[in-house]
Amino acid sequence: MTAGLDPLRLTAREARRLLTDGEIAASELTKIYLDQIARVEDRVHAFILVTADNAAKYATEIDREMGATRGALAGLPTAIKDNMVTEGVTTTCGSKILGNYQPVYTATAVRRIWGDHIVMLGKANMDEFAMGSSTENSAFGPTRNPWDLATVPGGSSGGSAAAVAAGEALWALGSDTGGSIRQPAALCGVVGMKPTYGAVSRYGLVAFASSLDQIGPLTRTVYDCALLLRRIAGHDPCDSTSVALPSEIELPTAERLDGLRCGIPTEYVAAGIEPGVLSRFEQTVALIEELGATCVEISLPHTEYALPAYYIIAPAEASANLARFDGVRYGYRSVHADDLTEMYEATRGEGFGPEVKRRIMIGTYALSSGYYQAYYGQAQKVRTLVRRDFDTAFAQVDLIVSPTSPTVAFCLGSRTADPLAMYQSDICTIPVNLAGLPAISIPCGLSDHLPVGFQLVGPAFSENRLLAAAHALEGAIGFTAVPTFCDSRGASHGAAGQAEPGAPTEPAGPDRRAADEDQRR
Amino acid sequence: MSAWEPVIGLEVHVELDTQTKMFCGCAVTKGDPPNTHTCPVCLAHPGALPVVNERAVEYAVRIALALGCTVRPRSVFHRKNYFYPDLPKAYQISQYDEPLAVAGLFEYWVGEQKLSCRINRVHMEEDAAKLIHAGGDAGRIAGSEYSMVDFNRGGTPLIEIVGEPDIPSPEAAREFLQQLRNLVIGLGVSACNMEEGQIRWDANISVRPAGAERLGTRTELKNMNSFRFLQQALESELPRQIAVLEAGGAIGQVTLHFDPESGTTTPLRSKEEAHDYRYFPEPDLVPLTAGEAWVDEVRRALPEPPAARVERFMAQYGLSRYDAVVLGGGSAMARFYEELAAEGIDAKLAANWAMGEYSAHLNAAGLEPGHGHVTAQRLAALLRLVAGGELSGTGAKQVFALMVEERGEALDIVSRHDLGQVSDSAELETVVAAVLAEHPAQVEQFRAGKDQLAGFFVGQVMKATQGKANPQLVGELVRAALSG
Repeated sequence: MTAGLDPLRLTAREARRLLTDGEIAASELTKIYLDQIARVEDRVHAFILVTADNAAKYATEIDREMGATRGALAGLPTAIKDNMVTEGVTTTCGSKILGNYQPVYTATAVRRIWGDHIVMLGKANMDEFAMGSSTENSAFGPTRNPWDLATVPGGSSGGSAAAVAAGEALWALGSDTGGSIRQPAALCGVVGMKPTYGAVSRYGLVAFASSLDQIGPLTRTVYDCALLLRRIAGHDPCDSTSVALPSEIELPTAERLDGLRCGIPTEYVAAGIEPGVLSRFEQTVALIEELGATCVEISLPHTEYALPAYYIIAPAEASANLARFDGVRYGYRSVHADDLTEMYEATRGEGFGPEVKRRIMIGTYALSSGYYQAYYGQAQKVRTLVRRDFDTAFAQVDLIVSPTSPTVAFCLGSRTADPLAMYQSDICTIPVNLAGLPAISIPCGLSDHLPVGFQLVGPAFSENRLLAAAHALEGAIGFTAVPTFCDSRGASHGAAGQAEPGAPTEPAGPDRRAADEDQRR
Repeated sequence: MSAWEPVIGLEVHVELDTQTKMFCGCAVTKGDPPNTHTCPVCLAHPGALPVVNERAVEYAVRIALALGCTVRPRSVFHRKNYFYPDLPKAYQISQYDEPLAVAGLFEYWVGEQKLSCRINRVHMEEDAAKLIHAGGDAGRIAGSEYSMVDFNRGGTPLIEIVGEPDIPSPEAAREFLQQLRNLVIGLGVSACNMEEGQIRWDANISVRPAGAERLGTRTELKNMNSFRFLQQALESELPRQIAVLEAGGAIGQVTLHFDPESGTTTPLRSKEEAHDYRYFPEPDLVPLTAGEAWVDEVRRALPEPPAARVERFMAQYGLSRYDAVVLGGGSAMARFYEELAAEGIDAKLAANWAMGEYSAHLNAAGLEPGHGHVTAQRLAALLRLVAGGELSGTGAKQVFALMVEERGEALDIVSRHDLGQVSDSAELETVVAAVLAEHPAQVEQFRAGKDQLAGFFVGQVMKATQGKANPQLVGELVRAALSG
């Protein structure tokens, strides 16, 4: 019965129908994904921790015990980015400093879908503390892009995006501070959405930049995205910055875009978009018009200041958020110390990776006495201007569209030596976080053999408008390609299509993590 | 008159008696086993977020309004970054350039003199955890073998009241704090328990030529919680600063260490002064809004301020300022006194008893006014006997002591112990006659003109009646008998 189901193509919508109609058991569905993990995970490394036993056991329980009372998402196999705390399940945030951290509580967003009886497959890999655009900053080794194992999946939610793309999870939760859901979704050919700031509780999301962080779904389709978002969104008394949405998230049905006005920011398109991406983008704009919408050029004049402002505000907040990791109450503690001060210094020196240290230094400097106004104060003013740019634009148009990332997936190691080049990956996504707006990235085709992402941005709390438009556009695009697990460098990695189903592979897990750590040294 | 005048400023921290902590649902407690009231929020676990305690805001607004401050319609929490083991987030959520309330005035009395101190601001923050230094001497960090952290206190709501440097003397500083403490207790927002450090303060002091406008360089005393030590420390610091200046030296802006044993202050190294707290707005909290209607509601519910009550006591009960301050300065004693007065007891008699026997009893028993067996109603029953001449002052004190001891009622004790005052002329005449008969020599002397012997006879009658005789009546009877 399950033989015909391809985890590279299966949607949550279809899986839910199969489960509801009794055509498949939750345990069988989970096994499909655990099998796929066994097949490809040693090449993709989408997970920091695979909770295979728990997932299988829980799926069996759902089949046996829950019957008619099971939750709305019962039995749907899910990956959770490893910066959302999960009680009793190690949560590392991609960092050695939390390498052994066993949370004592569960993040609100995760708790909500656990309450819906989703099956957690494991904790997805990520750039350390979500700082990065390639998942190469994970302390537990990089994730590879299933479309080309020589390339990165993007970041920081690279593990979540790669897991969905590689059929290692039906869908996933990620987090987006400057593009960390949308950019990896684009690079991995999946749908990724950053909701309006405040739409999803941040309680239990290990903080990177508190005024920018937002949890959101990574899924195969826009419909699935709505299905997952509607379960995690809403006010949480534990997060004062969360709010109730003006109306519930609707499951999208739109097929046309009649009367919709779309704006194309000239500043984004000018920002060094590579030709392959630009041509896919232009084709998609033409599709939008075919669907009945109008597209006009608009201006977001302060775009060029958004990136520098972001790289002041985010590190400033991070420098305070990460100060708590001192080796005293939880997490990694260095043994190379004779007194308390040495212990602090050695713990943080050994526990944090170079990108995290860089941002802590930048943030501490930007906040220090005498520099605050010149840096943090100025960056906040820029943030206000960026927000006003969007306000002005949304007086003329309903949605703003752009490429999600100026490039397709780039090769591992190609940008690690140049942080500024890496920061450029997020040029089209960062202004959206500064303004707190919702945005979604959907696949709009391939450039060479790699996926291109198309971003739609809406006004605050316009999630339903955004999902409806993305759904209609998705139908028109008809993106059906699936990853090939090839390796353009022709290295030792075999293609997945050639691997025998159920071929013995090392299960990912804590041991696997330790091995990766050794490799990094 | 000294050529130098001191200028003192105080920053006072008050822990609020809310049920739960400032930013999480953990109980605020005292004396429970360490680290039993903690959660991901107050232990700063990854991902945990603060949520403002609404009751703490209300309490803070009460304090702000009682100090005549303007409550700002919008205030902002900031992160104050510093790395110390008692601060698990490595930042304290506090307020900075947009505090809860500003521009107040606190009026207080030093003897017969009314002084006022401008209040710069009242803001909200969270307390740090408690460090316990073990081994070594007296719980101080220096010389201790190891230190422990108790996070029960971490996150307790804390109010900071920042006063302007308007306080003219060490004595005034002490009065300021005592009267401020009374005010806060009266608001019902904190018990201000001294031993538990529920109220603590930093003091800064400088001197300047008498009458000068410009402030001198100040030194600071940090984290004190004893009125007496504060006054001693300031009194010791003043001559030190004056001596330095008169010798042509300059005051360094330093933190002082006060040694209670020697009663002197010594400057600490000023290294600690170089803190850069890197304040920035707390992104986990939205700005606090205090609606005008709500603030007015809190204002209407405020109890009478102690200073106003003192004035009222003087006017309404005809008390001296001294008595009015003692009885009206603190809310508990004020309530007790007014209950006594409401029982119809003469204001002066009630004042004498409340300040005298009753206060002595409270001190001895370690009770707050209004607590214990002797309620205002029970004391009133006793005082009615005194007012009616049925008990002498001495007898009443005996009855009061027995009321405390036996947890009894005045009337019952008087009858059971036969302590009622004898005002029966016939009964007393018999005693007087007996006394005169026993002392014929003295009677002779009196009749020869030694008038002061009248007191001797009264004394003898009192002795014979074990103090129960009405002394005024005895005096009259003695004179009548001797002249007869």
